[in-house]
Amino acid sequence: MLNTIIKKNAYQDSVNLMLLTNHVSALQGVYQASIMMGTPANKDIMRNSGLYTEELEQAGANDMCIVIDAEGDDKLDQILAAVDEFLSDQSVSTSQSSTTSVRSWERAIKESPNANLAMISVPGQYAAAEAEKALDYGLHAFIFSDNMPLEEELKLKQKAHEKGLLVMGPDCGTGILSGVPLAFANRVKAGNIGVVGASGTGIQEVTTLIDRMGGGISHAIGTGGRDLSEGVGAITMMDGIRGLANNSQTEVIVVISKPPAREVRDKVMLELHGLSKPVVALFLGEKPACHEGHVYQAYTLEETARIAIDLGKGVSVQAAYSVPIEAPSVELKPEQVSIQGLYAGGTLAAEAAMLIADALQLQDGLIHESGYVLRSNGHSIVDLGDDMYTQGKPHPMIDPATRIQHIENAAADPSTAVILFDVVLGYGGHDDMASVLAPAIGKAAAKAREEGRNLYFVAALCGTHQDPQSYTEQKRKFEEAGVIVKESNNQAVRTVLAMMKLDMEDMPKHHRPAEAAAASTKPASEAIEALLSSKPAVINVGLSKFTASITESGAAVVQYDWRPVAGGNAKMQHILHQLNQYRFEE
Amino acid sequence: MKMKTIDDANKAVIDKIVGAAPFLVDVVPAHTVIPELEEKALLHAGPPIAYQDMTGPMQGSCVGAVLFEGWAEDEAEARSMLEGGKITFIPCHHVKAVGPMGGITSGHMPVFVVQNRSEGNEAYCIMNEGIGKVLRFGAYSEEVINRLTWMKDVLGPTLSRALQSTKDGLNLNVMIAKAITMGDEFHQRNIAASLVFLKEISPYIASLDMDKQDMQSVIKFLADTDQFFLNIMMAASKAVMDGARMMEAGTVVTAMCRNGKDFGIRISGMGDQWFSAPVNTPQGLFFTGYSQEDANPDIGDSAITETFGVGGMAMIAAPGVTRFVGAGGFQDALATSNEMVEISIDQNPNFTVPTWDFRGICLGIDARKVVETGITPVINTGIAHKEPGVGQIGAGTVRPPVECFEKALEAYAAKLGLV
Repeated sequence: MLNTIIKKNAYQDSVNLMLLTNHVSALQGVYQASIMMGTPANKDIMRNSGLYTEELEQAGANDMCIVIDAEGDDKLDQILAAVDEFLSDQSVSTSQSSTTSVRSWERAIKESPNANLAMISVPGQYAAAEAEKALDYGLHAFIFSDNMPLEEELKLKQKAHEKGLLVMGPDCGTGILSGVPLAFANRVKAGNIGVVGASGTGIQEVTTLIDRMGGGISHAIGTGGRDLSEGVGAITMMDGIRGLANNSQTEVIVVISKPPAREVRDKVMLELHGLSKPVVALFLGEKPACHEGHVYQAYTLEETARIAIDLGKGVSVQAAYSVPIEAPSVELKPEQVSIQGLYAGGTLAAEAAMLIADALQLQDGLIHESGYVLRSNGHSIVDLGDDMYTQGKPHPMIDPATRIQHIENAAADPSTAVILFDVVLGYGGHDDMASVLAPAIGKAAAKAREEGRNLYFVAALCGTHQDPQSYTEQKRKFEEAGVIVKESNNQAVRTVLAMMKLDMEDMPKHHRPAEAAAASTKPASEAIEALLSSKPAVINVGLSKFTASITESGAAVVQYDWRPVAGGNAKMQHILHQLNQYRFEE
Repeated sequence: MKMKTIDDANKAVIDKIVGAAPFLVDVVPAHTVIPELEEKALLHAGPPIAYQDMTGPMQGSCVGAVLFEGWAEDEAEARSMLEGGKITFIPCHHVKAVGPMGGITSGHMPVFVVQNRSEGNEAYCIMNEGIGKVLRFGAYSEEVINRLTWMKDVLGPTLSRALQSTKDGLNLNVMIAKAITMGDEFHQRNIAASLVFLKEISPYIASLDMDKQDMQSVIKFLADTDQFFLNIMMAASKAVMDGARMMEAGTVVTAMCRNGKDFGIRISGMGDQWFSAPVNTPQGLFFTGYSQEDANPDIGDSAITETFGVGGMAMIAAPGVTRFVGAGGFQDALATSNEMVEISIDQNPNFTVPTWDFRGICLGIDARKVVETGITPVINTGIAHKEPGVGQIGAGTVRPPVECFEKALEAYAAKLGLV
């Protein structure tokens, strides 16, 4: 039966609550559980999942709502105790941290008068307003939040550009500024390669590969996935490129994006040709045939990293960077013909789909429907970080539950030959993904064996040796579970292709001079120059766990424990706005 | 000063709080300064309430006050008078007064007179009776009435004469500033301020020409009553906040009080109007034998101290009582005070807190900030038994309902023609 518990004025952010929900759901005797703040939107979700109860009517946006379907009422106390323990553990760990936390912009600015960057991870519908406040305080904005309307993004970016500020995002998952990892990011060595990218895991893959290949990163600037759309017109990308062009630590510039709209692409390319620094451009999905002037074009994330390293060392760029792939011998049943890719990283999924489509010589292999990025000839690549899998659930980089479910399903399918997946280490991600995925992998492989099939697992492990999770340990744990672990997504995919006897070759690219000389670049604004010249001073608005990577890098951060204004009460929000705008008559 | 925005208005209000100069000048029978008490009338704590809506302790206090005034021979007669509507009820706040817990004040009870010399206004509060069986918690036994009579006949007149001989009265800002550095927050803990008061007043008492035994009993009472200064602090806070709200604009909270049923607040821009919502019940630690179940809902005018910026708003000043009021220790006290900064307009440089790096106490609760953040003020409070006469059963903290602040803002927005 359904039991409802309302904890009044007990705000927790949604990520914590989703983790708590999983924790509670796993308790014995619990069929189903949902723990959310009592916002109207969340109540709808409860309604949709059949967990709505009348008691929820009374709950407000600052009240924690716990709805549990459990056997018998006697479990309830035990469950409540587990909830309290989970939450208090958290408060112990937060109370021990030395980070100052505040509840308003006003105090945040007071506590950190030198702040120059706001990290915003509030619910999407509030993100634009908070980012605008950040800009008004003269702060650059890093917007982790997603679901912001395009016109809001455009408005913010135009305003920022006019003020000489940078808006990274929305939906910006990663960034590295002067070695300080932001949100989902890795601890990489310092170096002369600067990155601007419209893709989160793409930046993570390139920066970690550069790190492990012996290079280093000056900055990695995320732009948000829609920056190069026609609607936004690459405002952040252009300002980011100018920032890196001006930045003395940066000697090589890497640009990563999905193939942009034609005019946007031309605008960006024109800018790149006008730079005095060498550039590697990756428009993932395009298969470039040549390099032009000092603008080198890559096909994969790994190739991007390799060209950047060579440019950084001042070594001449090779026509092709083919890595020899050793195909492990496999024994498959005749019906085992398909590759099942279960990805947490969107760009990594897209890269896998691109390579497989290329090998299969599919005309239009890449799709974007119901979480699939490829579904052809029995092969499929799923992006488990897609909205359709993350509604009310944590991202698969944080929580393994969705992926474990998919591993079970894929393993039960007799046509599956290889399960391909990515593991992204770094801040923000799971503490020990190998330990939680390994048992599921072991179980799936054993089950297939019982049914007389060999099932193979290949993983791309993205991260650095400096990351909070040990790269070597994670690799060892996966290998012990029978997983073939590759150090780049490109190699992982090609290994799978080789196992399936599919072949693909890298076409050598010729080098031709740039066409017309481009106009010289405009200088970056003073504020952007300052942002890139030393470690940022951050106001973290929202998810408190994002402060860890910043404090551990020796940078300053103030935690703003954000809550919706007036608990989300629209009428009071309006009244507050009116009062704040009010002018007494002279 | 030219006032353009609500922030400017609020600044003008808090400037009056900072500039206030409260002096304790006298102790007099209540009816001499509150003419309403010449009739058969009683003052009570909180926003207006009818006798039948009062919780047990406040009703018990009423019975005690009727007996004390000699309006009835016994409890039964007193109750029938009260139930029969023979007694007029007035909120303390409506007559420049404040009263702890039940707040029941009758004409012949002695009250402190505090003058705010910056604005020329006065405020009154009855004297603290000590702990145990006391009127403010609803007790009305013979012991209680006898003590009240002694306070009327001996304690009040003695303190009055002693204060007269100081010529200027006692400068309360100085005493408050001293005691805050000695670990008082002036709501849950007043022992330092009470001792400072005793230190200031005893030379004057000693030089009075009076009965030796009476003198001894007065000194002993003052020495025994740790919370004696609380009622002086309440009158001082009332005098300061009433002075500040002469500036009738803005969103500064100028009063917070509870009658056991409703929590009422006033804001500077809305003058005398109350904005009420049902009170919460305090949470805290209980004396042996009592539990949360026995607790009376939130009651008393003592939250005027939090309105001024002490009490729960200055939790960090009194590490000694943070455990007693249910908080988890020094770090929690620090977190509480830091949280209170979020809803305050500024910090009062007159009263700096050593345990808070000498930051000033919270200054001016802004109702807008309360509504915006959802952070409500923390109030330290004694907890009364819900049955009359049992008295105090514990102490803890309580918060006002946010609806009071929402209603106040809504009304102010309407007054300004914004909605």
